[in-house]
Amino acid sequence: MTGRDDLLRFLETDERDAGCERTMELLHAYVELVLADEDPELTYPGITVHLRTCGACVEDFEGLLAAARAEAAPE
Amino acid sequence: MGGAVGADVENAQWVDGLCGARSAEAEARLHELLLRVARAEVGRRAGRLRLAGPELDDIAHQAAHDAMLAILRKLDTFRGESRFTTWAYKFVIFEVSGKVARHFWAHADEPIDTEQWERLPDRFGFSPEDAAESADLLAAVRRAVDGQLTDRQREVFVALVLHGVPVDALAQRMGTNRNALYKTMFDARRKIRGFLVAHGHVAQGRLGEQA
Repeated sequence: MTGRDDLLRFLETDERDAGCERTMELLHAYVELVLADEDPELTYPGITVHLRTCGACVEDFEGLLAAARAEAAPE
Repeated sequence: MGGAVGADVENAQWVDGLCGARSAEAEARLHELLLRVARAEVGRRAGRLRLAGPELDDIAHQAAHDAMLAILRKLDTFRGESRFTTWAYKFVIFEVSGKVARHFWAHADEPIDTEQWERLPDRFGFSPEDAAESADLLAAVRRAVDGQLTDRQREVFVALVLHGVPVDALAQRMGTNRNALYKTMFDARRKIRGFLVAHGHVAQGRLGEQA
């Protein structure tokens, strides 16, 4: 992966992109599917697309996943 | 299957507990969990923040408190799409995001009203050799930003891309929200890419294909 690839990837847009608002609204449900080892893209394709390009939502997704995983882990 | 039923029972216990006559007990228990998550989240982000221990703990406490208020306000919107705790933790994660963003400006080194185009290659990890080879592409991106974007799109592009301002911090400064800025950037990205395609820098079609 080169800088050129990264730049062009950044400029790519996908009309299926759910946007931040919808992603934030359903992030808990998306995380729950990840925890259940299900493919969240099947249920929420627009959120998967969004998480490929929105760093802020990725940060929240990773934080929520870590919190939910810690909750689900045996004591 | 048993897990889903168990989760449903636990979800109902949380909702009933927070609505019932002994809600103070449930609130105290939830607050304890929220504070634990807030501390973990602030710690997870701490490496990228220029904040000291007491400031980090302040953020965690404020985030847990504000998340609790948001959860109680929105309790009737919980639809059982996840465990109750996952839904609740979402609020504290968002609170940490917002509070960390507010701290960005207190520690920002420079104004963001200048356009520092020499930073563009670094922002995308170009090596000096790659940047030299892609000089035409980089110059075309600048021409697209100058000539194709609206003033607002350009302002947002410069702040987010050239200055690396976090989107939540910029949203607070501009009196808007993350979603609105994302849409602004989405349209800007599409215009820039369209310009690159129209001028033969990128092939129409999939990612990274060279014209």
